[in-house]
Amino acid sequence: MERIELKKVLPQVFNGKTNIQSDIWGQDVCFEKGTFYLVEADSGTGKSSLCSYLYGYRNDYEGTIQFDQTDIAHYPISQWVELRRRHIALLWQELRLFPELTAWENVQIKNQMTGFRTDLQIAQWFEQLGIGDKRNSLIGQMSYGQQQRVALMRTLCQPADFIFADEPISHLDDQNSKQMAALLTQEAKRQGAAVITTSIGKRLELDYDTTYKL
Amino acid sequence: MDLVWKLLKQHISKLQFTGFFLANLLGMTIVLLGIQFYNDATKVFDGKEGFMKEDYFIVSKKVSTLSNTIFKQSTAFSADELEQMKEQTFVEKVGVFTPSGFKVRAGLNLMGISQMSTDMFFESVPDEFVDTDPKKWQFREGDHFIPIILPRDYLDLYNFGFAQSKNLPTISEGVATSVTLDINIRGNGRVDHFDGRIVGFTNRLNTLLVPQGFMDWANKNYAPGKKVENSRVILKVGNPADQNLAKYLQDHRYQTDNSKLKSSKTAFVLRMVLGIVTTVGIVICLLAFYILMLSIYLLIQKNSSKLEDLMLLGYSPADAARPYQKLSLALNAAVFLLAIAVVLLIRSTYTERIGSYFPNYESAGITTTLLVGIGLFVLVAVFNHMLIGRKMTKIWGQKKKTT
Repeated sequence: MERIELKKVLPQVFNGKTNIQSDIWGQDVCFEKGTFYLVEADSGTGKSSLCSYLYGYRNDYEGTIQFDQTDIAHYPISQWVELRRRHIALLWQELRLFPELTAWENVQIKNQMTGFRTDLQIAQWFEQLGIGDKRNSLIGQMSYGQQQRVALMRTLCQPADFIFADEPISHLDDQNSKQMAALLTQEAKRQGAAVITTSIGKRLELDYDTTYKL
Repeated sequence: MDLVWKLLKQHISKLQFTGFFLANLLGMTIVLLGIQFYNDATKVFDGKEGFMKEDYFIVSKKVSTLSNTIFKQSTAFSADELEQMKEQTFVEKVGVFTPSGFKVRAGLNLMGISQMSTDMFFESVPDEFVDTDPKKWQFREGDHFIPIILPRDYLDLYNFGFAQSKNLPTISEGVATSVTLDINIRGNGRVDHFDGRIVGFTNRLNTLLVPQGFMDWANKNYAPGKKVENSRVILKVGNPADQNLAKYLQDHRYQTDNSKLKSSKTAFVLRMVLGIVTTVGIVICLLAFYILMLSIYLLIQKNSSKLEDLMLLGYSPADAARPYQKLSLALNAAVFLLAIAVVLLIRSTYTERIGSYFPNYESAGITTTLLVGIGLFVLVAVFNHMLIGRKMTKIWGQKKKTT
């Protein structure tokens, strides 16, 4: 997948609001593969909604979203399944990890489906992100910052053209944020994927090509 | 261990599934046992002999002391009576018994020694009423062999009476068919010796049955000119339970071996009772199925946020449904196998008991029961599969609207 285009997209809840000043809502915007984007937003401006629309699990918007010139509004389930396995990856703000599983299992539950990464590589990531000793800890027993790192690893366990990261480092110190940024950049560059990061304050330090204000 | 299963087995209620398992096992066992028992039990009534076709009746006149014994009135059927019988709508075919007009003396010949001999008589019915291999059931002039069908009682008489009192070996039906009967026929100033070969046994006829061809030839040679009376008639009817048949026989004071009539009535009652039992079994199965679906729906509902997250990770609704489909399949398969095992166990007990009452009883096969069991299993499995699949697709669609 090469391009994501938003054409006059506006969340339905904003309908009727006249004072919207946004680079994205109500505008024509294009995200391209291989480019790094930062979407800066204030609280309540629909940052998570944007991710949900692009990831296909909400469609309460006006306007059109196109993937490679096709309207995503009517994609069948099978197409979304394929997209989520091979083309678009999302690191949720709320992480959506499974507290019943260990950190390792949370990453594997994605990887066993895609078979994209080796165990060795995932083990290296755990070390790289400083949670090598937490592999067998239940998610519920880990700090939020540690969970964010697990969620990032899981996000990277698939081939992707576009990687969305919704406030990925809200609970991380600078040192750990840098490690996450490095890992994300490394994996995105390797695949030629675009990264679209949202932030309401603390931003993930990447080498952004474009910054939008939501 | 499969991680998806590890995740989705959360909230499984063992109590609910045990409830389903037991209820379904009960229902399935009742249904299958009902069918199996029906098949096995009807064998007792049907008791195919192989020699007399099933819907045949043997009709004779009642012997009464006054008219027959004292006034020596004949018990034979007149030509008019036979004609009238043929005209009845419920009668498909009429055949008359031809009795022998000559004297017959028959003895059992074991190992070349004649063991028991007695005066006898032969009868024949048209060959079309005898359901046996036509090659075995024939006599040509000059033959020294006569094929004979013997009443089973005769064998019992020998085995349980004669043989025991004389310390002789008992003989099975199989052995008996290889035993030769010494037959002497006297009449018209001649005495001839024949070898009788038993081709089968019957419960239905108290007579020694020989082929019509032999009878015609022997009556002509050993009792020429002697008028033979037809005192017994064999009837082929469409429906043995026909009320008109019973009424006709009663009105004309004819008697028949009515065990067939009784057995068809008993079979009817049995069928009805087992029909009710099987229906109850099916209802229990349906309820069990309902419990299973409710349990699985509840489970899916409790795990719905996990299922949503799995689907967001890229699992398709079909992937998410699979663990539950496997669970229901495994449960249903276990129920099916256990039900079959229970049915076979119970069956071995009752066939033994039936066998002790009816020594010649052969139970029916279990193919029908197996097929019905497999049919039910497949039906339930497919239905479960579909319902779970649909529920998952619903969860996929649900999140779009509610988030």
